[in-house]
Amino acid sequence: MNDQSSAPSPDGKSDRQAATLEFREATKLYPGQDSPALDKLSLEVPAGEICVLVGPSGCGKTTAMRMVNRMIDITDGDILLDGQSVRDRNPAELRREIGYAIQQIGLFPHLSIADNIATVPKLLGWDKQRIAARVDELLELVSLDPHDTRDRYPPQLSGGQRQRVGVARALAVDPPLMLMDEPFGAIDPINRERLQNEFLRLQSEIRKTIVFVTHDIDEAIKMGDKIAILQKGGKLAQYASPGELLMYPNGEFVEEFVGADRSLKRLALQRVRDIDLWKAAQVRAGEAVSEARAKIADSDIEIALLVDDQGRPEGWLSESAFHGERVERKLRSPAEPIVELDDILRDALADLLTSDTRYGPVVDDTGKVAGVLSLEVISNFLHDAPTETRTSVDLIEEEA
Amino acid sequence: MTFEPLIAQLQTRDRSKDSGCVIDDGLCPDWIVDNFDRYVDPFWQHVYLTVTPVAIGFLIAFGLALLAHRRNWLVGPIASVTGTLYTIPSVAFFFLLQPITGLGNTTAIVALVCYTLLIIFRNVITGLQAVPEDAKDAARGMGLTDRQMLWRVELPLALPEILAGVRIATTTTVGLAALAFLAGGGGLGQELDQDPFFKSNVVVAGGLAILLAAILDVIILTFQRFATSWQRAAA
Repeated sequence: MNDQSSAPSPDGKSDRQAATLEFREATKLYPGQDSPALDKLSLEVPAGEICVLVGPSGCGKTTAMRMVNRMIDITDGDILLDGQSVRDRNPAELRREIGYAIQQIGLFPHLSIADNIATVPKLLGWDKQRIAARVDELLELVSLDPHDTRDRYPPQLSGGQRQRVGVARALAVDPPLMLMDEPFGAIDPINRERLQNEFLRLQSEIRKTIVFVTHDIDEAIKMGDKIAILQKGGKLAQYASPGELLMYPNGEFVEEFVGADRSLKRLALQRVRDIDLWKAAQVRAGEAVSEARAKIADSDIEIALLVDDQGRPEGWLSESAFHGERVERKLRSPAEPIVELDDILRDALADLLTSDTRYGPVVDDTGKVAGVLSLEVISNFLHDAPTETRTSVDLIEEEA
Repeated sequence: MTFEPLIAQLQTRDRSKDSGCVIDDGLCPDWIVDNFDRYVDPFWQHVYLTVTPVAIGFLIAFGLALLAHRRNWLVGPIASVTGTLYTIPSVAFFFLLQPITGLGNTTAIVALVCYTLLIIFRNVITGLQAVPEDAKDAARGMGLTDRQMLWRVELPLALPEILAGVRIATTTTVGLAALAFLAGGGGLGQELDQDPFFKSNVVVAGGLAILLAAILDVIILTFQRFATSWQRAAA
């Protein structure tokens, strides 16, 4: 391996290419067993994408992942890393080029955080200065303070912090491929969500090829560019993007595994700006009533929104506001909840439901009204086929 | 060196004439102060009879443990053999060995080595077996070879258990070495045996043996605290 190529560039981003990964009828049959743990798995993971292997226990997802770095030997078929068979590689050397993070993390309790992260760089003979610089860089990358963390020992950190160190250690030599086996499985739900978001943000920077194993379909939908659903007997049930999977499950098993709420899950993959909003009548106080009525007729809903001079929503006008010549400031209800274009659709829906209103004014980042969101708008969206399939990584990237 | 015990004996005789304490086999501080010199050489002999067997025993047991570590079927047989050695009464052991190794240090040391094997072997194996699976899996997954994993992960994590074994073996050996004189090995045991009814003698020789056990224990413990400082990080 060429050390130069794995050197991080000054801006902290890696200039090392991500690898492509291909399973070619990869099969694992344990001695003494009749049926394979993994049965002719064929799929391709494009460089820089997260491929989630998901399925019930005993579906062979972990087996498939561990065959990539030859922690488990391949019985039949092949796995190609950048077009080269992993079967031709020396296992230890192969593993040093592949990041490895597991649920139990497996930090070495007798080594400081810095030494834990330095494990593979040391194996590769990096000099001390380079290692120290890389350790600090990695700690910052996973949002840990290097000064505070590097000399501590694993038991002194919280579960979430240890998990971050595990990820940092897996990234140490900037590997073109990462294997992650339920990396957030042992973390409480709140912190898990934070770590997932952080990791997606990180991935949008480092753009590694990642094989991510989980049993949790929600996590799979959130983390995956592509999801491979495996079923008992190690058979691939479906390999598709989250959007496709939710829209077009290819059979009973996938449909059931994805869950009856798969429509709702799709909402987690979209932002308010992605769907066709309704047009609202935006009326200012003092405006001619005839003009205002024309706006209502032109809009998608039967009531008008009172906006201030900057076009920001103030409330829904009551019918009595239109009794004179000029529109009066008479409100039937406040303009709540106010939804932003950048909100995740699922969160916006939750806001609508908790506020117990039919319509939510949608504003852009300057606070101006951009449209109206309603339950009907969302339901229309769910019945339409997705125009483009998006992933959580895309969402995170847009945010950045 | 050779005439020092002689002088000591002369002194004993001298003092026994006019000290009722010595005649009564009592505890005489004066006698102890005057005769302390005669225990110095036996003391150092005792150190030698303890440290050498523990060192040799450690090398053998450690080697056996590493051998059995990756070949689990060997653990049983090795534990049986070292366990059997451990149960042989020391006196019998010395007499059994005498025809082969003669009278002297060698016999004593061979026997004492055999007694350390079981303790150290078992502790090394226990320590290695207690290394967390997740740490081993992570190590393998990151590309450590078996040997790298052994020296960088497994042995450091097993060190507290290994050193605990060495401590027990050392303390035990200090006690057993007191019988080494039966094999012609000298040591504090010999002094004890020469005048077992004279309290001053028993207190000094026995006391020195206990002191030696304590000192060696503290030395190993200090090393252990230094070498496994990571263990206290969790506290």
